[in-house]
Amino acid sequence: MKPAAFAYRRPQSRREAVQQLLDAGEDARVIAGGQSLMAVLNMRLSQPSTLIDISAVDELRYIERREDHLAVGAATTQAELLEYAELPDAVPLVHEVLPWVGHVQTRNRGTVCGSIAHADPSAELPLCLATLGGEVVLETRRGKTRHVSGETFFQGVLTTARRSDELITEVRFPLARSGHRYRFTEVAMRHGDFAIVALAADISDQRIRLGVGGVADRPVVREFAPDDDLDASLNELAWSLGAEDDAHATAAYRRHLVRELGRRLIAPNEIEEIADASTT
Amino acid sequence: MHLRHDERHRATLTLNGQSRSAEAEPRMQLCDFLRHQLGATGTHVGCEHGVCGACTVLVDGRAVRSCLMLAVQADGQRVDTVESLDEGETMSELQLAFRRHHALQCGFCTAGILMSCDEFLRRVPAPTERQVRDMLSGHLCRCTGYTGIVQAVLDVAGTRQAALEEST
Repeated sequence: MKPAAFAYRRPQSRREAVQQLLDAGEDARVIAGGQSLMAVLNMRLSQPSTLIDISAVDELRYIERREDHLAVGAATTQAELLEYAELPDAVPLVHEVLPWVGHVQTRNRGTVCGSIAHADPSAELPLCLATLGGEVVLETRRGKTRHVSGETFFQGVLTTARRSDELITEVRFPLARSGHRYRFTEVAMRHGDFAIVALAADISDQRIRLGVGGVADRPVVREFAPDDDLDASLNELAWSLGAEDDAHATAAYRRHLVRELGRRLIAPNEIEEIADASTT
Repeated sequence: MHLRHDERHRATLTLNGQSRSAEAEPRMQLCDFLRHQLGATGTHVGCEHGVCGACTVLVDGRAVRSCLMLAVQADGQRVDTVESLDEGETMSELQLAFRRHHALQCGFCTAGILMSCDEFLRRVPAPTERQVRDMLSGHLCRCTGYTGIVQAVLDVAGTRQAALEEST
């Protein structure tokens, strides 16, 4: 289908973008790469009055490695982040995950922040942000900014903590810490499709953070201690997500995947391996 | 830039090396702009929500879905479509390989697949079968089962690599 008619604005600066968002009111939507939003518009699931296109705002196109996090600007594409030479070292989880995000043809335009703003419960980048404990930076009038943690930013299916007068200007992924292992796995109908279940883990000998996408209405993160009963913890986690049957998978299959893939990601022998490595 | 919802904007882009311009409302998708406004009907429109890949074109040298991009967003950019592969009397190396390996049947998806393959082979000149299949995961073809397409891409890559080795 074709989108319903909308007004179109293309700001050149961040400040101008925020001002246009304030002027356009609650019905406006921000577009960058459009790889989620254009599909929504084409199907007329959303009919905004105004589109504010931030793809020409050069000051939002950056990847910066800072003291404890990697900052990715709102106009930076997924392909640009994947090609960033320091990514495997800086945020290995995101490096492992990006090839699972859509296809090369959508990563060429789709932005990192756009995927997070869209907040599909089975999308991989929101799962990474929540699992790593990253944050989203929002800007509103008079340059006022607000930082929201990845775990509280996602509030439901396609629903986030962003207020209608706020622009997402960057997301921040914590840098990899020594002694930690970062792992990801996913089951989907085809590579590049949305996940039926996706799991991301940040594992150290102190604690395990496990994030689950594709089951609940948002990414869900749990922390375990390495000596917890893993099977019992995973089973409790699997049941707590409120899995439902749909066209792709049954609720029971989703629970099974959480338990099974969770066990594979956090295999007990791996926990011992990390403990060994840190003592030698 | 500020356009009202019914305001037409004159968008100018470099289509297959030639400067072309026409009017577009803000909501016009790039694929419709190419076909209806510029008459470049080689690009096919399939699902219109970014899943099938039939409408894939190159924007500033990168393969993208032209149904997930607005014509106004392509203003000032370089756009290459399947027509760019035209070499006059003969078909391009990639098109010939597609014919040889039966990499198409009805041909609806082919225009988009050729553009993805064209970009891919420039970026990854000596791909593995797995890399080719990963690139093709962004396209749907209901006729071929993909095997012929994979063979055609590997064939072109192999020929180009052999020519490269011979010349050095």
